[in-house]
Amino acid sequence: MAYPTDRKYTKEHEWIQVNGNSATIGITDYAQQSLGDIVFVETPKVGAELTQGKTFGTVESVKAVSDLFAPASGTVSEVNADLATSPEKVNSDAHGSWMVKITLKDPKELNALLSAADYEKFVAEEGGH
Amino acid sequence: MGAKMVEFNGWDMPVEYPASVGGGIINEHMAVRTGVGIFDVSHMGDIRLAGPQALAAVQHISMNDASRLAIGQAQYSALLYPLGTFVDDVIVHRLGEEEYLLVINAGTREKDFNWVRDNTRQFDCAVENLSDDFTQIAIQGPKAVHLLQKLTDADLGAIKFYWITRGKLCGLPNTLMGRTGYTAEDGFEIYIPADETTSATVWYEILTAGKEFGVVPCGLGARNTLRLEGKLPLYGHEISDTINVWEAGLDRFCKMEKPEFVGHAALEKAKAAGVKRTLVGLEMTGRGIARDGYKVQDESGCEIGYVTSGSPAPFLKKNIALAYVPIEFAAQGTALKVDIRGQGVGAVVVPTPFYKRPKKV
Repeated sequence: MAYPTDRKYTKEHEWIQVNGNSATIGITDYAQQSLGDIVFVETPKVGAELTQGKTFGTVESVKAVSDLFAPASGTVSEVNADLATSPEKVNSDAHGSWMVKITLKDPKELNALLSAADYEKFVAEEGGH
Repeated sequence: MGAKMVEFNGWDMPVEYPASVGGGIINEHMAVRTGVGIFDVSHMGDIRLAGPQALAAVQHISMNDASRLAIGQAQYSALLYPLGTFVDDVIVHRLGEEEYLLVINAGTREKDFNWVRDNTRQFDCAVENLSDDFTQIAIQGPKAVHLLQKLTDADLGAIKFYWITRGKLCGLPNTLMGRTGYTAEDGFEIYIPADETTSATVWYEILTAGKEFGVVPCGLGARNTLRLEGKLPLYGHEISDTINVWEAGLDRFCKMEKPEFVGHAALEKAKAAGVKRTLVGLEMTGRGIARDGYKVQDESGCEIGYVTSGSPAPFLKKNIALAYVPIEFAAQGTALKVDIRGQGVGAVVVPTPFYKRPKKV
């Protein structure tokens, strides 16, 4: 699949889309396919601090619990309320289903992340498609 | 078929099938509850006991009463250690006058066979390990009988639940088919020759014949959620070599009126001494999913037990679990907590099984 170029990616299969000093975070289509049916998402509350590379929540499929890793540091400004009632939307539209919005602490952190092309290569090597 | 595979006790097994074939744990689970799903369960083991003292041998190692079985009838039972704890659970099938088939779990094939052979030496009875001779396929769900009937000349309508029959299946003669399963639904388990060509042919014939019923291939993921909703035990979880029959709540399959069987004396003692802990059903009341091994707490947060199996229940649309707790916490309606990654999340003791298939009107 062609990953949207309007955002950057992590090796833990999160995406981050920047808009000025704010950023939106979600998980990739590869992630939702690997997880299977998503039944539960645990996100931090508004005001919580994220640190790049550290866990900030969990996403659960029927069979397993997976950690969410912060693509960048910042303060949570908004949480997607849909996640509590319709977690399956992450399966049907991973790139359109955001999880949290943050105010970025240090936009330079994003330089360390993967472009869409690099992420596609990375996923292909992982045995994905 | 593109399934996500996992290693399970030395077997390469599908967890779930891809969406392109109608798979995914939730789809597979719902297919079995409302239509029909098929499972390759060849990892299960098969032990045949035959001979003049086959019944005596079975009676000695199995806790249920096999003398009640007519030819063609099956029963759920367990093989026990002298302490009254579980070697394995098993379905005992009476195939003939002096012939019984025990179908056992995959993870315990070697252990079970050795145990059966070692504990029946004193009986005039041949014990054979037929596990590698059979491919076993389970066809489960309200439409299972209609699917299978298309492929066999045996009159499946005449076979009651937990009875077996033989017939021509997909051209294979004299094939064993049992109206048994591990999904808490109606369904059949068929036993066909294990060579790859036959197995693949039959599998695909079932899928083709099942198209009109919306058949879905199902993996271990759905197998687990289905049996959990029906409170069917899984070895290593609800039953094990450190849990006894009374704790597991399997009294009705344990015929203490039999004069003896391995474990009988210990079970008598245990009953007299009083059971200290018991298996209960939990439904999460707070936001969270209880999973295998999570600790159970009382309302004040003190650890009192543990979850044996826990998962979202796709049909019931609840998060459920089975857990061992001290008997004083076992009453229905008891409020408890489950420690989910450091947080005590509310749960309540509920009646089991969580799901019972609708009775045919």
